Amino acid sequence: MATQAAFMPGAVEKAQSTLWSWITTVDHKRVGILYGSSALFFFIVGGIEALIMRLQLAVPDNTLVGAQRFNELFTMHGTTMIFLAVMPLSASFFNYMLPLMIGARDVAFPRLNALSYWIFLSGALLLNASWFFGLAPDGGWFGYTPLTDGQFSPSHNIDFWMLGLQILGISSMLAGFNFLVTIINMRAPGMTLMRMPLFVWMSFVTQFLLILAFPAVTVALILLMFDRFFGTLFYMPAGGGDPLLWQHLFWIFGHPEVYILILPAMGIVSEVLPTFARKPLFGTAFVIFSGITIGFFGFGVWSHHMFSVGMGPVADAAFSITTMLIAVPTGVKILNWIATLWGGSLRFTTAMYMSLGFIAMFTMGGLSGVMHASPPVNLQQTDTYFVVAHFHYVLFGGSILGLFSGIYYWWPKITGRLLDERLGKWHFWIMMIGFNVTFFPQHFLGLIGMPRRIYTYAPDLGWNFWNMVSTIGSFIIAVSILIFIVNVVKTARSGRVAGPDPWDARTLEWSIPSPPPVYNFAVIPTVHGRDELWLQKYGDDHGGQRAAKPPVPSAQDIASIHMPPPSYWPILLAVALLVMVSGLMISMWQVVIGGLLTLFTMYRFALEYHRPPAGHGQ
Amino acid sequence: MPTRVLSSTRLRTGLLLSAVLLLATSCGWSLWDSPMTAVRPRSDLARWIDELFMLISWTTLVIFIAVEAILVYVCWRFRDRPGAPLPKQTHGHTALEMSWTIAFALVLLIIVIPTMKVIFRTQGTPADASTALHVDVVGKQWWWEFKYPELKITTANELHIPVGQTVIFSLHGPDVIHSFWVPGVAIGKRDVVPRRVNRIYMTPEVPGVYPGQCAEYCGTSHANMRFLVYVHPKEEFERWAKAQQAPPVESTDPAAQKGKEIYAQSACVGCHTIGGVSGGQIGPDLTHFGSRKTLAANMMPNTLENVARWVQNPPLVKPGALMPNLGLTGEQSKALAAYLLSLR
Repeated sequence: MATQAAFMPGAVEKAQSTLWSWITTVDHKRVGILYGSSALFFFIVGGIEALIMRLQLAVPDNTLVGAQRFNELFTMHGTTMIFLAVMPLSASFFNYMLPLMIGARDVAFPRLNALSYWIFLSGALLLNASWFFGLAPDGGWFGYTPLTDGQFSPSHNIDFWMLGLQILGISSMLAGFNFLVTIINMRAPGMTLMRMPLFVWMSFVTQFLLILAFPAVTVALILLMFDRFFGTLFYMPAGGGDPLLWQHLFWIFGHPEVYILILPAMGIVSEVLPTFARKPLFGTAFVIFSGITIGFFGFGVWSHHMFSVGMGPVADAAFSITTMLIAVPTGVKILNWIATLWGGSLRFTTAMYMSLGFIAMFTMGGLSGVMHASPPVNLQQTDTYFVVAHFHYVLFGGSILGLFSGIYYWWPKITGRLLDERLGKWHFWIMMIGFNVTFFPQHFLGLIGMPRRIYTYAPDLGWNFWNMVSTIGSFIIAVSILIFIVNVVKTARSGRVAGPDPWDARTLEWSIPSPPPVYNFAVIPTVHGRDELWLQKYGDDHGGQRAAKPPVPSAQDIASIHMPPPSYWPILLAVALLVMVSGLMISMWQVVIGGLLTLFTMYRFALEYHRPPAGHGQ
Repeated sequence: MPTRVLSSTRLRTGLLLSAVLLLATSCGWSLWDSPMTAVRPRSDLARWIDELFMLISWTTLVIFIAVEAILVYVCWRFRDRPGAPLPKQTHGHTALEMSWTIAFALVLLIIVIPTMKVIFRTQGTPADASTALHVDVVGKQWWWEFKYPELKITTANELHIPVGQTVIFSLHGPDVIHSFWVPGVAIGKRDVVPRRVNRIYMTPEVPGVYPGQCAEYCGTSHANMRFLVYVHPKEEFERWAKAQQAPPVESTDPAAQKGKEIYAQSACVGCHTIGGVSGGQIGPDLTHFGSRKTLAANMMPNTLENVARWVQNPPLVKPGALMPNLGLTGEQSKALAAYLLSLR
């Protein structure tokens, strides 16, 4: 990919902030910003869905929204938060930070990177377009068959969900391969695997999970699509199909998906803690191998989502043991993080608060997870609010806090300006209070018998008080998110200018200006050890020699950098794909036309910079 | 970055937060006696589950407190102080890390071994299978059918079982997946899966009325798929069974007589069974409808007014209800309700 179309980065650096430049960009940093802003937008959408649900559940026998609307809300809240908020927010850090942290100028396949963003956006738009047709998906984010099959859900609600997820799956697969190749092939000289920063490592594991887990759900969705559109009976018991086939396929994807959501956050925490403790990560190898083990075990525990299905005692026992084993590497990580803090010199920035909050809250979610890893106990807890509380401690207390830590940590690198620390701490404390007020009582609700996914409940079951408390908590969270938005808006113009290294950090991304130039590194750095920038600034642990700083680049160096030129084929291909897929709900003619357009744009995309052999060797 | 010393405000906030959490926990405890509580066991299975749950809870609570305490201590002890030297750049300690890895694995054994015991003890065939009562449970969108094959009783949404006798439930699902759950006596939860019969059993130990509810999302009125379980003393259960086996008593009330006419001439008969009147198989058996305390899968009390409202427009009362609006007038509905309630 490297040799075609030489291109002067200096010219781009100044000129382009037009809409067109964003649409056609293949710069990993811009793609990262696109991912990040879309993710934050959908985080707010998913949050509003949650608030409406909490309002409905605030009092018993409420009639604010009806059964159908409520079922749509919880389906879309889960789907949105997982696929359109947390995953793309992680993807935004993969995009922006991975190349910077490994000393590369871009990802391995920049146009493919843009393509995965635009395909992500088409999937997200298709999913959410359903609201405007009054046909929002209503089968739950897990879409159990046969409920989601044509006989029981004949209208297009499920189609939007099924097709939207398939599109999002393509995007995740493309991104997964792209980052894998980037991490394997594009590391700066001297950056061995064991010298890679922890965020890169955890992202690396995540990409493997993505490319191995998504095919399972894609198969499940394609079978469902055949059932719904072409009259097959894969999941229909009446025709000899097996509804549990769906559950196995879905959870073989679904459980690794949980680690896809949490591992990047763990990576962020593993960057933030050493920076603000001013100490290297304790037991790096243990933390890395714990991450790998979690990823590996993640494929062997899927049936713990199915203990109530009736798999028999042997399967229950086996999946219970594998599930509990995951607690070991997770516990190791938590102790290693605390040991990182031990003996450090802790600076309590907002990013650090969020990471410490992550440890405190994720521990709680992890331990309640151990409770329902025991199948008999699970029988009383599964599908109740106890489980809702558990996974919000993992996904909000874990993933969201970790990702906010990353936002406060890397914001100055991305924008060149620091977020306001005072507002940041308000954000943190109010969010922590709101989060615990919302979700801690849900443990009680589960233990006193409140099932999940019910739009209403009777007033005489003792659930009224904690539901009201939980609703109040959710609005406290909303206030904290508003404070974050105010922070973003306020510091966009008047925030303190960050400079290249505002945190006195340890890794390569802080060795270049904020925001980084298009080409990232004028001279590709040579890496001498883990925490390269720290080595350059402070020398090694024994007070020894400082690592050599990279040479100052000349104008000639910069002028000779080749960067890939922009391309409009990624967005066109994504649009063509959307035309084709949405045609399944409209008319087969649209599918044919969209399919031809997809083939055409794919062809142009693939051969965009094809040069005849005469140009070989430049 | 300017350094920031851990302020007393922050400490106080932390303490306040933990106090609130503690208070919340104790409040939670006091509310654990609510009708659907899963932590006041009233059957043998519920007791075993609860013992396991308590064991795991205490184990994890100890770990939780230890981890959070160390975290807070570390944050306070190693806060940045102005002019402090660069901390020692330690990279790890293999022996220490090995030991806590192994420690975690050992702690797991505390939980794993009793878990395995309960799994194998509670699945399979009960020891007193020969004297057990069998109940076939059918979960349908959005109500429950209970059949007693030995006693030849069919009823809906209200399950009656005797105390102290093992009950074996066979779960059947003709449509989508549901989950059968009565937290108080730990029946389930076990999924009702089409084309597959799940079996569970337990022995109730304390008489009482225990609400249950479908726990697997099953479509529009999932929230309204509720039911009641009556655990009776032995004689009381036998009395109930006898009453259910008898044909319904005809009422001489003129409204009920008119209601019977309406019933027999309308589409009702296609779906419902009333002993000696109709034999429909789709909806609940109404032979002893008047003996039930609740209506529409435990959505509301079984009163004349509620029944009249229900038969006039079921989907209005229960979203998505598969029983159609037959266009009965208010008067017809009342008569029909009077008839149904007379079936005791």
